[in-house]
Amino acid sequence: MADILKRNKALSVNPLKASQPIGGSLATLGFNRAMPMLHGSQGCTAFAKVFFVRHFREPIPLQSTAMDQGSSVMGADENVREGIKTIAEKSRPALITILTTGLAETQGADVHRNVREFREANPEFADVAVVAVNTPDFTGSVETGFALTLTEIIRALVPDAKEAGTYPGKRTTAWMQDDCMDAGGRATQGAVAEVEQRREQLPERQVNVLVNYMLTPGDLEALRDIFEQFQLRPVFVPDISDSLDGCLTDEDFSPVTIGGTLISEMATLGDALATVVIGPSLTKAAELLEQKTGVPTYALDHLYGLKANDALMSALAKISGHDVPERIERQRSQLQDAMLDTHFMLGQLRIAIAADADLLNAFVEQVQEMGAEVVAAVTSCNVPLLARIPVASIKIGDLEDMELIGKARKAQLVIGNSHAVDTAERLGAPILRAGFPLYDIIGGYQKTWIGYRGSRQTLFDLANLVINFSHEEIPVYRSIYGQKPAGELTDYPLSCH
Amino acid sequence: MVALAKIQTKLLVKPMKSTKDIAALLDEPSCEHNKKEKSGCAKPKPGASAGGCAFDGAQIALLPIADVAHIVHGPIACAGSSWDNRGTRSSGANLYRIGMTTDLTEQDIVMGRSEKRLFHAIKQAIDSYHPPAVFIYNTCVPALVGDDINAVCKSAQERWGVPVVPIDSAGFYGTKNLGNRIAGDAMVNHVIGTRDPDPLPLTVQRADIKIHDVNLIGEYNIAGEFWHVLPLLDELGLRVLCTLSGDARFREVQTMHKAEVNMMVCSKAMVNVARKLQQQYGTPWFEGSYYGITDTSQALMDFAKALDDEDLTERTEALILREETRIRKELEPWKARLKGKRVLLFTGGVKSWSVISALQDLGMVVVATGTKKSTEEDKARIRELMGEDTVMIDDGSPRALLKIVHDYKADILIAGGRNMYTALKAKVPFLDINQEREFGYEGYQGMLELVRQLALTIESPVWEAVRAPAPWKKSPLPPFAKGRDAIEEVGNG
Repeated sequence: MADILKRNKALSVNPLKASQPIGGSLATLGFNRAMPMLHGSQGCTAFAKVFFVRHFREPIPLQSTAMDQGSSVMGADENVREGIKTIAEKSRPALITILTTGLAETQGADVHRNVREFREANPEFADVAVVAVNTPDFTGSVETGFALTLTEIIRALVPDAKEAGTYPGKRTTAWMQDDCMDAGGRATQGAVAEVEQRREQLPERQVNVLVNYMLTPGDLEALRDIFEQFQLRPVFVPDISDSLDGCLTDEDFSPVTIGGTLISEMATLGDALATVVIGPSLTKAAELLEQKTGVPTYALDHLYGLKANDALMSALAKISGHDVPERIERQRSQLQDAMLDTHFMLGQLRIAIAADADLLNAFVEQVQEMGAEVVAAVTSCNVPLLARIPVASIKIGDLEDMELIGKARKAQLVIGNSHAVDTAERLGAPILRAGFPLYDIIGGYQKTWIGYRGSRQTLFDLANLVINFSHEEIPVYRSIYGQKPAGELTDYPLSCH
Repeated sequence: MVALAKIQTKLLVKPMKSTKDIAALLDEPSCEHNKKEKSGCAKPKPGASAGGCAFDGAQIALLPIADVAHIVHGPIACAGSSWDNRGTRSSGANLYRIGMTTDLTEQDIVMGRSEKRLFHAIKQAIDSYHPPAVFIYNTCVPALVGDDINAVCKSAQERWGVPVVPIDSAGFYGTKNLGNRIAGDAMVNHVIGTRDPDPLPLTVQRADIKIHDVNLIGEYNIAGEFWHVLPLLDELGLRVLCTLSGDARFREVQTMHKAEVNMMVCSKAMVNVARKLQQQYGTPWFEGSYYGITDTSQALMDFAKALDDEDLTERTEALILREETRIRKELEPWKARLKGKRVLLFTGGVKSWSVISALQDLGMVVVATGTKKSTEEDKARIRELMGEDTVMIDDGSPRALLKIVHDYKADILIAGGRNMYTALKAKVPFLDINQEREFGYEGYQGMLELVRQLALTIESPVWEAVRAPAPWKKSPLPPFAKGRDAIEEVGNG
């Protein structure tokens, strides 16, 4: 639907884009005891680390193959093998991801071969999962890097259903085989009664949830709560709400992630009732998972706004066989009420949005649901989703593009990351901070955007930004014949209302 | 100091309002309500009344005088629940935005210390903010315990040398409307006539035209909307001595007696001011409104007519032609979007006819209108505008309003902010036209904002989103949508 305007200038000014290895690192950081290693020079890792530290305000495990002049020219295979070995020896993580950078890819690195070589040479580290992903900086964005890495992790760690003997829904009844059979495989006495009882008490019905980069730790916590209200047990892949949620632990330092999706859990994905995938960028990852496991997929673009969450609740009602809980229905009607209250401020509001495609799409749909107009839609790179985002045109570009389009089309509000704060200031418009990175506010990483409740909060936040928008005010007029006290003209200059 | 002396002579030392005083205020010969069987304003009915009290009315009427220290004399409830009224705007001074109250305590009341506290409160306000005048609003409790605020004001004025004006407006005296009159009365008795206007500066005099001095009474400059009109008056050479009370200053109110003509804007709330200025100073007055193209033009013409200035009449006609042509062109694209949309107008009455003409200018259909506070003359005017069989609503209860919205298939309810959430809960589009609103609709330019706001709510996608049931609900449409459909079926049949 949207007309996609490609990049047409040499210089990128105030870039919007964050690179693929950033996305790959974020995906990795959502697994338990994991360590991403960027295959590139040390700077690649240092910048990525600072990026995350500022956003999450957490120590971030991130390593580098530390390519130097020699290895950059002569080959860096040894850097990769040595890097994996060093991390494995020092921290014994459950997962190491090797994420290539622009440097490594230009050089012609074959990280997949390096991993095979490491495996052959170091059988003692067979328990350490190692996944290599091609995430060069010169293509894609944080969104594609995240999706690629997740796809490769699924490819490597989820066994094919045939080999592993998994089948959809097995996780629901698995305990029966373990607990209720005697040694001869016959049902124990009272097993039938216990089956009934435990079905009531422990409805362990697993649903896999593939989540894209835009779900914050706060979002995932809210989403877990929603699943649990449907008596479902979500397994988030990955789960940054367990690793990057700002939780204090007993250990004072850990070289790898604490919390996140358990690597062992990956082997059980094939036993789940269903897979819910959130974000069009994860389409390939979801296809691969379904192909491997046969578990049916429910795809949702995002969880912002009324319609999107209606789709989620309908899916969960179907998967679980339960009615939508009353508490959730109440939250739905609270959101509707907020839509009414805020439509006075948000209706016809001219909004400029700069975000990666999945997030852009989510915000476009949410604000359009309110009758707002997206006058500038800027994204970082071209992906298939762009074509179906319901706006007239999307500019692939930077924050300068947003500024110019926003200025020409008189944007009244900006949605973008912390880098866009200055842009918004120049546009004379308030900004709703969203996306990556958020470094000039506290707790941005934890904000809950999703669900009926999160959506309601977004509407309130947006409305509060424009509720007394001085630009809409009638300018002060002073009569040429006025008898106002003489001092007023100097005490209250016209520029300030 | 001369002015102060003048004010002092005007400050009669007189105890609080007597029944006779209130009766005199209620008996307003210029108000059409007087000509009906009931005299003055109707009494509020216990258990079934909405709307403010006399204090509320007095404060609303005068608070926009921006450089005055407005002190509410009473316990916290009166000021505490009503200060910081954001609707009205000032072009400069903003002392009116600072809430001041004596916040009387139990001790003050029991021990009879409230007068003393008021006296010191006046000093504090003068010391801290150096206002050109202090207004004291009396409320129920001090009125009941017998504080003599006139005496306190008089001695405070003598002591500190700043005009201190008592507004004896205890809530139990009566309705908000009465409060408006009390406020107007206080201005006539204590402020108007205490200073002559500044001489017209040479720089703004124009050889070819005669400048006329005028007042606007009952213009509150909500959201700055009067600034859509004031440039036009400037252009025509009409010097506005004072708008009572939007964006006014104390020194402007003082000069109101010198106007050649007074315009009562929309509301009749302060009609006693216009009448008394006519009685005391012989100033003629007319009634008009700046809502809508037709009424704005009419008001401008009425000035020319009242001033009997042929040149002014010609220039006014030219200005109207220019402005109407311009605005009609700008409204064209909006009119197409709003044409035929059905409106239920519920303003409580007084302003109904002026808004009706604004809506009709846009091609909208007004299906019914509130007339609870309208006079017979207002009603006649409404009939003239809307036809004989127009629906007039006296019962303003939420239930009744919603029923009419449904029965007459209104696309939008236009009413005061109090009704906003009633409409929204019933999933009915809504436009706020009361004093708390954030948008200015006056003058030609204000029409653009009006259409923008009308289109914004009528065309909003949220109505569909909130009326449709959750996708997992098998049940049919919710009550409102069902009602609508049923009506449409009947209508089509």
